[in-house]
Amino acid sequence: MKLTEEALSEQRQQDALAGRWRRLPLIQSPLLRLTLLVGLVTYLILALSSVEVNWARVAEGAGRGLEFLAAFTRPDFISRWDDIWAGLLESLTMTVTSTVIGVALAVPVGLGAARNIAPMPVYWVCRGIIAVSRTFQEVIIAILFVVMFGFGPFAGMITLAFATIGFMAKLLAEDIEDLDERQVEAVRATGAGWWQTLNHAVQPQVMPRLIGLSMYRLDINFRESAVIGIVGAGGIGATLNTSINRYEYDTSAAVLLIIIAIVLLSEYSSSFVRRWTQ
Amino acid sequence: MPVSTSPQGQPQWRLRTTKAQWLGYLAWLAGISLFLLCWKVISDNTMWVFVEDAGRQGTDLISRMLPPEWTYAHQLWLPMWDTLNIATLGTALGIMMAFPVAFLAARNTTPHPLIRSLALTIIVSSRSINSLIWAMLLVTILGPGVLAGIIAIALRSIGFVGKLLYEAIEEIHPTPVEAIAATGASRMQVMSYGVLPQVLPAFAGISVYRWDINIRESTVLGLVGAGVLVCS
Amino acid sequence: MLKLSGLGKRYPTGDRALTNIELTLPKGQVMALIGPSGAGKSTLIRCVNRLVEPTEGSVTLEGVELTRLSGQKLRQARRSMGMIFQEYALVDRLTVMENVLSGQLGYVGFWRSFLRRYPQSAVVEAFRLLERVGLPHALDKRADALSGGQRQRVGIARALLQSPKLLLVDEPTASLDPKTSRQIMRLIRELCAERELAAIINIHDVALAQQFADRIVGLRAGEIVFDGPPGELTSDILTTIYGEEDWDTTPEPEDNSVDERDDPTPPTPMARVAAGGAR
Repeated sequence: MKLTEEALSEQRQQDALAGRWRRLPLIQSPLLRLTLLVGLVTYLILALSSVEVNWARVAEGAGRGLEFLAAFTRPDFISRWDDIWAGLLESLTMTVTSTVIGVALAVPVGLGAARNIAPMPVYWVCRGIIAVSRTFQEVIIAILFVVMFGFGPFAGMITLAFATIGFMAKLLAEDIEDLDERQVEAVRATGAGWWQTLNHAVQPQVMPRLIGLSMYRLDINFRESAVIGIVGAGGIGATLNTSINRYEYDTSAAVLLIIIAIVLLSEYSSSFVRRWTQ
Repeated sequence: MPVSTSPQGQPQWRLRTTKAQWLGYLAWLAGISLFLLCWKVISDNTMWVFVEDAGRQGTDLISRMLPPEWTYAHQLWLPMWDTLNIATLGTALGIMMAFPVAFLAARNTTPHPLIRSLALTIIVSSRSINSLIWAMLLVTILGPGVLAGIIAIALRSIGFVGKLLYEAIEEIHPTPVEAIAATGASRMQVMSYGVLPQVLPAFAGISVYRWDINIRESTVLGLVGAGVLVCS
Repeated sequence: MLKLSGLGKRYPTGDRALTNIELTLPKGQVMALIGPSGAGKSTLIRCVNRLVEPTEGSVTLEGVELTRLSGQKLRQARRSMGMIFQEYALVDRLTVMENVLSGQLGYVGFWRSFLRRYPQSAVVEAFRLLERVGLPHALDKRADALSGGQRQRVGIARALLQSPKLLLVDEPTASLDPKTSRQIMRLIRELCAERELAAIINIHDVALAQQFADRIVGLRAGEIVFDGPPGELTSDILTTIYGEEDWDTTPEPEDNSVDERDDPTPPTPMARVAAGGAR
């Protein structure tokens, strides 16, 4: 029997008066509810059954896992310090240069991708650049660039700069599209040209956020630089990869702790910089 | 706004004082030198011979990629199914672990400041380390396979979901929470009636967002042997 | 029934909110607490149910000393004190019925409340209360779909479902229009009479206070400066409480509620204590 909304409400009131009250279900139709539930359970069963676990291998690895956890209590910074230092230096330099280059290139692209200040053809070209840069994972781009430029930090730097362009330009463009139109109009009303408008109305509004985002991207680039080393693009990732493959967990633990410490440091300093630019 | 007087006795306006101007120049100088120094380190570590033939290598790679060999596509169904599972199960597992961590990390729901700093440490550690690195570790421990991928994705998701969720918890309205506490509700009841309904929409949004990121991330996990889409 | 003696509160920042409050409230008495913004009215009623921890003095409810209770005991004491808030403090995303039933939280266990399996008697009582405040049809509406007056009625029903002996009412009318304000005050008054509840109503609007309270207490800078029946509230006394102003030419200082709406008590310590529950 199908109830109208009013009758349903009346029914609920009668029930409540008799002390029977349940929360209204999120999905009203019981059939749909059942279907969704069955679908979810089926998916879970299928998905979980497709996870093949080689228990013998896990048991063998469990010891190694414990060893790895234990390594965190006694990280070994000393015996491979030269490798760690070289990797760290490469990662840090890669981070700085890629962020600078990436941001420098992202600013014009971002300006071009803002609908309210760029002409249509430029807008589409810039949106295209952003889309290409954002579609692919850093690691996949890194493989491509390693093939093109050979192993080493140069390929890593180009990868990170490329990824930075998409990230920064997109956020910058959105920021410019959101900016306060009245200020732009006020400056334009004084007879300012395109560049002058940009300098006096747009820049002051987006600058604090641009700096904040650059700091954030610096942080991301450092973390990513640890990853792209795995595919041969230099940096601390390569050191980490080697140490794990050699089962030198003490060294791996040391590298991971260094990464965590640097990320923490950059998080604190970026919150400081953001407060300072406000 | 510094206004100074010129030798002719006319007032002059400049944007910044002389000191601020010099500090500005100095900062730029320091920044540019840092950049050049970093550039030098990189260029020292680069074999420029390989860079010079980049164009040829690139065209070579692209010419081999085009046209895509569609006959190969039917072999991709299984890896894609695995990738989807890694992302979904990994996200689910990560969310389950991130949920209590976020409540322990939020300033207004944490039971003790010490526990709060512990929870924040978990979040930062998880965020600092990319899922690919987690996967690399887990493959040496668990052996190659989907399981390592799932756990790697889950471990990385804890930090992401945990951070956004605890920020959402810190932004809730305090008065409903106060009202629930005033009824004599226990700590857990205050959480479930006062806090949870307020953060539920944010929680759903964050989870879906992370799931979306994880689908992309799990495609590359195959590189280190956790999952399959790239290595084939 | 309720006795405050030597009650004082100093915030960690060093601000003194209350000094040496002495107050006795007999059963069934409706007391209005008036005073300028920042006088410590909100802090005073929050010290009673310890949403704010008093720093000195004692609070005794029916012979039980509240300031030293902790955990389970404090929760039981809070059950017998219903609280009604200025901005209604309903949980927006829960339904009206869930909001009313949350008044039972001090009586049921966590899982029962989490699964919304409330005892039958509690559900009946909750619905009766909804009928009493005139909102039986709104049962399944979300709290944020109601108007201000309706939300305050839900807040009242929630407080009453605790079966309290005392009502703590914090600026019940500050966000409502004059007509709704009077309706809400009348409702509170009637409910107190029906159930023989004592109430402390903290209110800006002196005219409303005079009309609906048995007794008026004036607070200024954390100290009691007036305590007596509404009839004794003269313009001289209003000057003592609020400071210099020509009280007689203003017909009724009703507009006060508009510009003094914001609550002076710092929200952070309160919120922390509330979320921390009993600590």
